[in-house]
Amino acid sequence: MLSLNGIGKRFGGLTALEGISFNVGKGSITGIIGPNGAGKTTLFNVATGIYPPSSGAVLLEGKDISKLPPEGRARLGLVRTFQNIELFGKMTVLENVMVGLHTQSSSGLFACSFRMPWQMSEERRIRERAMELLDFVGIPELAEVQAGTLSFGKGRLLEIARAMALEPKLLLMDEPAAGLNSSETADLAELIKRIRDLGVTVALVEHDMDLVMDICDQLVVLNLGTMLAEGTPRQIQDNQAVITAYLGEE
Amino acid sequence: MKSDRIKFLVFALVVLLVPLPLSGGYLTNVLIFVGINSVLALGLNLLLGYAGQISLGQAAFFGLGAYGSGVLTTTYGLNPWLAMIAVAVCVGLFAFAIGFPVLRLKGHYLAMATLGVGVIVNIAFNETVELTGGPSGLSGIPNLSIGSLTFDSDLKNYYLVWVFALGMILLSLNLVNSRFGRGLRAIHDSEIAARVMGVNARLMKVQVFTLSAVMSAIMGSLYCHVMTFISPNSFGFHFSVEILTMIVIGGLGSVYGSVLGALLLTLLPEMLRTFQDYDIIVYGLLLITMTIYLPGGLVEGIPALLRRLVPARKVREGSDA
Repeated sequence: MLSLNGIGKRFGGLTALEGISFNVGKGSITGIIGPNGAGKTTLFNVATGIYPPSSGAVLLEGKDISKLPPEGRARLGLVRTFQNIELFGKMTVLENVMVGLHTQSSSGLFACSFRMPWQMSEERRIRERAMELLDFVGIPELAEVQAGTLSFGKGRLLEIARAMALEPKLLLMDEPAAGLNSSETADLAELIKRIRDLGVTVALVEHDMDLVMDICDQLVVLNLGTMLAEGTPRQIQDNQAVITAYLGEE
Repeated sequence: MKSDRIKFLVFALVVLLVPLPLSGGYLTNVLIFVGINSVLALGLNLLLGYAGQISLGQAAFFGLGAYGSGVLTTTYGLNPWLAMIAVAVCVGLFAFAIGFPVLRLKGHYLAMATLGVGVIVNIAFNETVELTGGPSGLSGIPNLSIGSLTFDSDLKNYYLVWVFALGMILLSLNLVNSRFGRGLRAIHDSEIAARVMGVNARLMKVQVFTLSAVMSAIMGSLYCHVMTFISPNSFGFHFSVEILTMIVIGGLGSVYGSVLGALLLTLLPEMLRTFQDYDIIVYGLLLITMTIYLPGGLVEGIPALLRRLVPARKVREGSDA
């Protein structure tokens, strides 16, 4: 589904990433883990087009998307959520999801200002679909609430609903469990599995090891901007290099 | 949705009935400019209040509309309605072309760049004496007419300007409550998240910038035919700031707030006549008070004040209606 080929990223003299290569298999849940400062979020930003890579290529279903801006990648089905939740705070919960349906609709400046009939029916369709998505993540009762007033946990669910609105092929989640309590995290694990069952490939950066070990089919371990290991959760747990990176030398 | 319709109809009715008891006096004349300024404020509000992109050059687009129509009809004898359309198209193309480089900038840099555009255009009005008459202005611009109806009185011009203004207000209301409007507000809240959601932020910013320029240009055309005389002073940096002040006072991100701000800032200088040279002080104090105590503008401030004065339950019932 997603292939990273020798990704490198430098900020001035600082090398944030070097020689990162791995594949995210279609229909799988892939976890990207590593100590703080390992370059996980930078890798996400490169994959989604927030930063261009300094070297290497990002391939989505075999197609090189390294040069595409974020909105172009979104149209191809590569969608992400953010570590610190990037909601449209002054808009309602429902409107947030409706923005997510932007690529599923087409009315432009003129159709919108003159309320063309097709624009009105498209608007109804968007609204209904957005409600379905709020149902899917379990917050339909919050539809008319201003998004900026949501708790962190609910905000996370909204962000996932909004991302799902784009009908992603691949959903990248940056620390989805950050700031959630244990029952919210358990619900999140179920939600991520349900997303996978819809046929969406999932890749996530995460610190919560219980969550990662529970839901991931495949793990990639980063340390200091390089790849340390790759394998199933079982293999990673027994990997000496990983244990050293996390716990230090004896 | 339905209540929005009713609100607009009530507003339109008020606008259409207001001049009747005034019988074409001085106040009618002032209210013509309220109409023009409302659209200028609305154009900037779509750009700044909704999409979050500042422009300090709005007076330039207004001026290009006025001079475009003025020169084409006076010097070249073109039909005023044709001239208005031609000028609107040209200003739109101009705004679209400069929009791409200019709107790559953000914040203060964007303010500086649009300010620069405004200043350059204003210098052009002053310096191209043969075309525009330079600092002494352009006079003898014809009134607009439809068949045998000539818009030569304040009352007629009031209806002319306000029919245009109401049309643009209605289109703007439709726009902000649509896919396009949601995209603009999303860009305002978090441009990066909007782009990740597939919103083409660059194009939409240029589109709304162009829209605001075209709205201003059409009002400029009307202005020159209403006034029959124009000079560069009316289209300078000060006026751009005044338009900005209107939407700050009225309410950023509110269509009706733009109208309210335009109404106040157009009437205010008239009311402050008694203060003579000290009016600028009163004006400044009002601005400071507004930005400190009512950053959401009057459209947010008045309901908030009502909530304090009236028991909470009553107001909630009222706002549901």
